[in-house]
Amino acid sequence: MANLKLTDVGKTYGGKVEVLKDIDLDIETGELVVFVGPSGCGKSTLLRMIAGLEKISSGTLEIDGQVVNDMPPSQRGIAMVFQSYALYPHMTVRENMAFALKIAKMSRAEIDEAVNAAAEKLQLTDYLDRLPKALSGGQRQRVAIGRAVVRKPKVYLFDEPLSNLDAALRVATRIEIAQLKEAMPDSTMVYVTHDQVEAMTLATRIVVLANKGIAQVGTPLDLYERPNGEFVAQFIGSPAMNLMAGEIVGTGEVTTLKLDEGGGTITSVVPSRPEDKGARVNVGIRPEDMVATEGDDYAFAGTVDIVEALGEVTLLYFELPKAETDSNTVIAKLNGIHSGIRGRTLRLTADPSKVHVFRNGVSLLYR
Amino acid sequence: MSPLIQGLLTILIGVGGCVGYFWASNVVLDKVVFPAKGPNIGRNINRANAVRPWLFMLPALAALGLYLVYPVFGSFWRSLFNRSGADFIGLGNYSLLMQDGEFRTALFNNFLWVLVVPALSTFLGLLVAQLTDKLRWGNIAKSLIFMPMAISFVGASLIWKFVYAVDPEIGIINAMRDAMGFAPLDPLQVGFWNNFFLMVILVWIQTGFAMVILSAALRGIPDETVEAAIIDGASPAQIFFRIKIPQIMGTIVVVWTTITILVLKVFDIVYTMTGGNFGTQILPSYMMEYMFRDDGRATAVAFVIMIIVLPVMVWNIVQARREVR
Repeated sequence: MANLKLTDVGKTYGGKVEVLKDIDLDIETGELVVFVGPSGCGKSTLLRMIAGLEKISSGTLEIDGQVVNDMPPSQRGIAMVFQSYALYPHMTVRENMAFALKIAKMSRAEIDEAVNAAAEKLQLTDYLDRLPKALSGGQRQRVAIGRAVVRKPKVYLFDEPLSNLDAALRVATRIEIAQLKEAMPDSTMVYVTHDQVEAMTLATRIVVLANKGIAQVGTPLDLYERPNGEFVAQFIGSPAMNLMAGEIVGTGEVTTLKLDEGGGTITSVVPSRPEDKGARVNVGIRPEDMVATEGDDYAFAGTVDIVEALGEVTLLYFELPKAETDSNTVIAKLNGIHSGIRGRTLRLTADPSKVHVFRNGVSLLYR
Repeated sequence: MSPLIQGLLTILIGVGGCVGYFWASNVVLDKVVFPAKGPNIGRNINRANAVRPWLFMLPALAALGLYLVYPVFGSFWRSLFNRSGADFIGLGNYSLLMQDGEFRTALFNNFLWVLVVPALSTFLGLLVAQLTDKLRWGNIAKSLIFMPMAISFVGASLIWKFVYAVDPEIGIINAMRDAMGFAPLDPLQVGFWNNFFLMVILVWIQTGFAMVILSAALRGIPDETVEAAIIDGASPAQIFFRIKIPQIMGTIVVVWTTITILVLKVFDIVYTMTGGNFGTQILPSYMMEYMFRDDGRATAVAFVIMIIVLPVMVWNIVQARREVR
């Protein structure tokens, strides 16, 4: 239905405090784009700027090719779903969903039709005459979504819609949102969350925000497999990717690396240039890509400090004595149950295709 | 004995007596009546705990019974007798009231007060609360509007006596009339409308009260509901009337009924300003007037006032409890 284009968008408060700058982003029609980032990175602010609840300090925002910077929210063709649901407590479910349409002076028949259709789609038909306080959290959020759906907006905006729900409901509602998106393939959606699972499962593309700007934009697996820097590498995936200080000892189509601590050498499919030889780098390996080995060809040997047995997987924590990286813990996630492993020294390595190389925080793949 | 020592003694005996009562009654309950020992220890502890709240509430219940509940029935009984209290005259006092033109005027004026003052105070309070909400100097404005709350009704009446003074050198109303070339007049003697000039004083006082409570209520409205309404396309007026007001309706009713109850009790303003003359009589001042030349009817008036206040008070309490929940 509509695409969204942000050009050089920035936000400053009171002309002094800069929270966002130089945001360039193209959102295609029918995409579901998820904004993620650490708390305080401005992801909600950016969403509220798109909604029109916050003024855009600089740059332009286009919806459907039209600059909407100074257009009031109601005319932008957007609808928003809030974290706290933001239902009108004094109105029934039906009145909540009908409110925007009544304000827009639509006819009774049109309103009834739109509300009933949305209620049908969201399984709210039986609750139409209830007040929000008589609904469960999941039902309330469905009403909030219904309130957005009836307006047939060009762009849906979701501000952490699942954060107030308990874990089980969150999963159920997440799937409902995915189904809703599937049922409306043309609708464009922007979704803010701090929950990685939501981001990975729902997103067409993820936008990682950090340091007042966009760190990386890409499909979920893109970000997982090919992070452009240490920040994204550690932000996506849980537990976070291990970063171990090391040195490039062999260059070419594949790169050979030697770790400072507890280590032998390891190869990565990331190519390097001859002049990179001897360069100080951080070697990134995801905990789930760590493989225990008996052989002499290992990247890292360490003593298991803590064991977290989750049944499905076992997390092993290795302490590094004097690491130069931010975190001096290396984590390995091994499949299945490994008992009696605490205190033992393990040799670990990883498939070359899973080894990331960062120099000055930037992936060698993206330089 | 000097009054100072007397006062101190009263406080000591009063507070000490309260503490002593709670302590001693508690000891008696736990050690003597239901001792926490012996074969029935569990049952005794449970019984002591069941009795304890009643024990502690007893003084309050007794005081309320003596000073609130008994007087209601006592007054009603008293209102069925003549002045000396010797002759039972049934509803004679009430039929006297009904025949008295001044009582009917007071009843009608009181009706006007109840209609105008709570409505106007609540409306103005709400208006000020909303208008000052986002202003930087809003708090200063609110403090100024709240200030009359701290003035006694008699004090406020004296201030307004100056406003309404006939001498154009003193009264601002007559000063303005004078400037426009009109002859001075006494606003308090203008038939019918003088009631409203008196009401202005109470509105002036009570607007601050309504403003403070409603301002807090407005701030309690979740921002998101307002933002959702903005996105839904509601205009500022629509947001105010269709989103904000309904959400604070409970508080508005509490403020409204609280002021209504107050209005039914206020006599100081009328008493100070006109003494009930010039057709400004209201029930409480009417009652005061007959208190000292009573033919028994002051108690009847008191009872009439109570009957009128009662439903408003019940509604007020019901609303306030619902708000708490």
